Formats: sequence, C-alpha cells, structure tokens
Amino acid sequence: MPTDLPAGSPPVRVAFYNDPKVRSIAYQVTLCVIVGFLVFAAFRNAIYNLERAHIASGFGFWEHTAGFDISQTLIQFDSATSSYGRAFWVGLLNTLLVAGLGIVFATILGFIIGIARLSTNWLVAKAASGYVETIRNLPLLLQLLFWYNAVLKALPAIRESFVVPGGIYLNNRGLFIPQPIFQSGFGWVPIALFVGIVGTIVYYVRARRKQERTGEQAPVFLVGLALVIGLPLIVFAIARFPLAFDYPKANRFNIAGGIEVLPEFAALLFGLTIYTAAFIAEVVRAGISAVTRGQTEAAYSLGFRPGPTLRLIVVPQAMRVIIPPLTSQYLNLTKNSSLAVAIGYPDLVQVFTGTVLNNTGQAVEVVAITMAVYLTISLVTSLGMNIYNSRIALVER
Amino acid sequence: MKRFASLLAFALVIAAHGASAQTLKAVTDRGILNCGANGTLAGFGLPDAQGKWTGLDVDVCRAIAAAVFNDASKVKFVPLSAKDRFTALQSGEVDVLVRNTTWTSSRDSSLGLSFTGVDYYDGQGFMVRKSLKVNSALELGDASVCVQQGTTTELNLADYFHAHNMKLKSVTFATANEAVKAYDAGRCDAYTTDASGLYAERLRLANSNDHIILPEIISKEPLGPAVRQGDDKWFTVVKWVLFAMINAEELGITSKNVDEMMKSTNPDVKRFVGTEGNYGEQIGLTKDWAVRIIKLVGNYGEVFERNVGQGSPLKIDRGLNKLWNKGGIQYAPPVR
Repeated sequence: MPTDLPAGSPPVRVAFYNDPKVRSIAYQVTLCVIVGFLVFAAFRNAIYNLERAHIASGFGFWEHTAGFDISQTLIQFDSATSSYGRAFWVGLLNTLLVAGLGIVFATILGFIIGIARLSTNWLVAKAASGYVETIRNLPLLLQLLFWYNAVLKALPAIRESFVVPGGIYLNNRGLFIPQPIFQSGFGWVPIALFVGIVGTIVYYVRARRKQERTGEQAPVFLVGLALVIGLPLIVFAIARFPLAFDYPKANRFNIAGGIEVLPEFAALLFGLTIYTAAFIAEVVRAGISAVTRGQTEAAYSLGFRPGPTLRLIVVPQAMRVIIPPLTSQYLNLTKNSSLAVAIGYPDLVQVFTGTVLNNTGQAVEVVAITMAVYLTISLVTSLGMNIYNSRIALVER
Repeated sequence: MKRFASLLAFALVIAAHGASAQTLKAVTDRGILNCGANGTLAGFGLPDAQGKWTGLDVDVCRAIAAAVFNDASKVKFVPLSAKDRFTALQSGEVDVLVRNTTWTSSRDSSLGLSFTGVDYYDGQGFMVRKSLKVNSALELGDASVCVQQGTTTELNLADYFHAHNMKLKSVTFATANEAVKAYDAGRCDAYTTDASGLYAERLRLANSNDHIILPEIISKEPLGPAVRQGDDKWFTVVKWVLFAMINAEELGITSKNVDEMMKSTNPDVKRFVGTEGNYGEQIGLTKDWAVRIIKLVGNYGEVFERNVGQGSPLKIDRGLNKLWNKGGIQYAPPVR
C-alpha cells in the first residue's frame, strides 16, 4: 500500500478478491464444504451399500430384546425382557465403574511411588524406580492376562474358600462380602454425616481466620475427624444400630447373596491401577523436580518443617506441571479399560461391540455409538481437568 | 485393538464401495479361495503344528476349491472368532464362512447372509466336572457357566435357564479358548457350547476323564456354510458343492472308486459324474465338478468319519447326520 497518501483522504479500495481477510474466509468455507461433502457422500454410500448387501441399518435394534446374560450388572438387567439399549447402559456403567475406581487408585498409588522415587532413602527410591521401569515397559494386555490368571490360579476353589470371620468369602469365583440392609431409623445417619461435614467446613474457615488474625493454630484435623465420623456413629448408636446384613451363603454350586466382586473386575482394576500408576509416578516426579531447589531452601530458611514445605510450597507449584500430563493418563486409563474384552469383564466394548454387534450385525451403528461414548467420556474428563488446571494456574499480576 | 481396526476397516469398506457382487469371478481371478474358518476347534477347523488345516468345515472349503480350481489346496484359511466372523464375511475379507455357524432367521435376514445348507446337525449341551455329581442340566440352577461370546449358545443358555426358572451366572469370553481355560481353572461349574464342540474341547482338558457331558441337548444348531446375500451365482456354487458331497455318499461314490464310477451306466451316477448332461456348467463350474470334489476331498461320509467320526479322536456318533435313508436327516436334492 502506498504510504504517502495525504492526510484525511479515504482509504484505498482494493478489489474484494484481493482482500486477505475475504480470501482466508473463502478458503476456509471452501474447505469446510469439501469436507462436509466427503462425509455426506461416505454416509450416503454406506447406507446404499448396506441396503444392497441386505444388512439391517438404523437404530431400531435399541428396543429389541437382548436375550443374553451379563455377569455384572449395576442396574437391573434380565436376559428375557431387557433390551439391547439396556445392555448398552449396563456395559457403560461397568466401564465407568472400573475407570472411575482405577483413576482414584492409580492417582493415590502413582503419587506415593512418584514421591518415593525422590526419597533420600536409597532402598525406597530404588524399589520405586524398579517398579516404574518394570511395569511401564510391559504391554498392558499381557499384564491383564497375567493378573487374571494369577488371580484365578492363586485363589482357592469355591469349596475351599477362604472364610474371613464376619461372613466374607474369598475364592476363584470372586470376593463375597455381606451386603448392608438399611432399616428404619438409618436415615438419621447420613443426615448426621452431612451435619458433621458442614460443621467441619465452618470450623475450618473460622480456624483459618483466627490463624490469620492471631497466628494461633487450631486442631482442625482432630475436630473434623470427630465431627465427620464421631457424630454419625453416636446417632447410629442412639437409633439402636438400625442396620442388618445380607450374609453370603454357600449353595450347591456357588455363594449367593451379599455383594459379589468378580475376579474379572478385580483383575482389570488391579491391572489398570498398577499400569497407570507407573506413568503417574513419572508425571509426579517430573512435576516435583520442576520446582526449583531454591523454593525448598527458602521455605526451610523461613522455618518450615519438611512436611508443610512439601504440602504448602512444593506440591502446589508442582501441580501446575503435573495436571496436563495427568489428564492424558486418566484418558488412557479409561480407554485402556476396553481391554476388558480379553479377560471376560463385561465392559462397554465387550457387551456392546461384542455381543450386541454380533447379534444385530449392525457394525456401523454400534461402533459409531461406542466411539461417541468414549469421545464423550474423554472430553468430559479433559474439561474437568482443564477447569481444575486453570484454577491452580499461576495468576500473573 | 486388531478387532476394532477390522471393524473400522469394515465401516470404511462399506462407506467406499461395498463388497463385490461377483464372487465366483473374483475367486477365479484371484486364483485362491478365502475361507473363514474356526482355527481352534478340533474336528471342524484347526491347523496343526505344520500349519496344515483339518476339519469338517475345512474340508467343505477344500471341496469348493476343488470344484472351482481342480486343486483342493488353493484355499487360504482365515481363522475367525465367533463375534468377528460375520463382519469378516460382510466386508468381503472372506468369500465363504464355514465356521460351525448356526443357521438362524436373523442371520439369514438382518445380517445380510445366506446359509447354503447344513454340513452338521448339532445341538447345545453342557460339560461339568464329574466331582459335582450333576446328572442333568436341570440341576444347574445357581451354577456359573462359561460361554463364548457372540454365539447362539450365549442366547440359548439364557433362554434355557429362564424357561426352567433357574438362576444363571454366566461368564462370557471372547473366544472359546479363554472360556475353556476359565472353566478348567475352576472359574465356572459348567462349560456350554454345541455338543460336537464339547467333545472336541474335552479332549484338550488336562484330565478329560474328570469331565462329563450332560445328556440334555437344549437347542437345534444346524451348522453350515454361509455367503453374502446378493450374489446368487456364488450362493448356488457353494450350495451345490455340499449337496454333491452328500449325493455322492448316497450314490456310493467315494474318493477311492470315483474313477470306476466314470464308467457306470447308472443314469443317476452318469449325471453326477458328468458323463451325461452338462449340469456342472449350468451351475457355473465345469462338467466334472463333482468328480473333482469327490476325488480330491471325498464324499460327506468320508469327510465326516475322517474329521469327527470313528476315524478321528473325537469319535462322535453320526446320529442325526446319517443319510436320510439310513435313519438320519442329511438329505440333498438330486443332480438333474
């Protein structure tokens, strides 16, 4: 553009097709149209081809009776009356159960191992690094098969179950524990628990204010413990223990009643936790190492003891480095749970893209739904972690 | 993951062009038949240490190759799990599926498959440990049952327990191997599959004498070859290969005497071996199509005895699979 225009003259008009802004919009619109057309063409083609091959299409199968049995169902499922749609929800809940518990346990174990790797105790540090190097270098599928077979082989047969006093049975069919049955009057216990939690929060806030004002510390932990656990216990006792148990009982073949933890579930949860914890340990170690030594030294010189230094100075700063890669590990764990198919745990992939797909023959729909579900779970996990990350991110002034 | 990839590939294939409608031409051009087989079931489809496949279903594939190429070895066997088999056929990965697959109405309709016949009449049974002292499947209430996923077996099992008001605890595995292994490890009280499969799997257990097969047969399982819908010519070829094997047994034509039979004056035999008429060409093959099958593979009786009958470790009685005029229900329409 000429730069020697007299002041106040109107801007030079350029032909619209030479305007870089218009051009870039035009390119993007064209690209979108092409991609959209390709997707549409593939979709239409697929429908045409399925029709030509006489393969059923559409989502009508969702309401059809499933007719097969599922070993672990968190919601009511009956093979003779429940639908494929219901089987989908059973599978999805099983996936969420194992993924959710796996994330919690892997995080706890991962943090312990990660911190242990940085320990000044030679044995602890070496044991932790041995764990990490062994576990993360073996394929997960192999580990799952190992744990499943180890679980089955190591546990006694059903007739030689370990019996723990109190009605707990352990054998190669699973772990059977008494199921609590809440009787009338039990409703006060959760209310007491809620009151205890609220009381603890109020006490914590007040103690914090008092500390800021006077510098005196209050026994928040002990008071909180008394409120959260003690209060419900007292209410429980006053209501004269309104709780009964459905004890597992051995019948001719199996153990019936109570809560049943399947060996498939245990092996999958164990395998996923152990495997992912190795990666989380490395993430944690990297995060802590990223906080400069000077921070610790500064804290010590201010008179902080090692515990509060770690808790108040190092970990909050390390979290900023830890959270993004930790999110990836959570996503990996969720997706890896689909390896359940190898050891007979009825997760979404096993139930839905296994039996349902095979019985309905509708591969395209079933696989599309499954992919959409994993995508949704992953995006929701990422969203939650991103929100947390932005809250703890360094606030620059 | 491999399975997921194959499903994705299937979706892409479906989205792109769909499977070919001229299978016979495609097979001839390729020079080899792609046959979906079991791969882990003795008597029906199992490769040995040298990679040589044997089995009743495997021999049906060989018979198709014999009829098309005059060479029974021109078959590539693709081992498939129960739940992947239909996808493999639909996507065109295999030309024919002969994998102890039960003929049902929904598979004939919504899966887009056509079953061409029945090469083995089977029924579902249960295997249990002798030490359990169970004598009937009706005593299995509350029992844990190991079962393979994606099979009619899985559905029949739920139906049977429901119909008899028994509580079922099924444990489902992707492959028969895993299901049997779990049963052997004591995870389940019973293992269920087609009776023929039970005999085959029992042989592979550590102590096969510790296990019994219960007398109840709880379902009809007509096992047979399947092809894709929409290719009538190929459907006819596969259908008549099996019919030829059954007809040959009925006419007394075996792999040993087929050359003498060429000189036979019996009009049924003459039509069959192609010395009269051109029935093979009408099917889309050659005049001597049936002779090729019998010479290179054998008739139905020979194939049965060799793979699952008295000539095999399974020693299964022919039962329903005897010819219709010998007390069974194996029956083939005539060549004429």
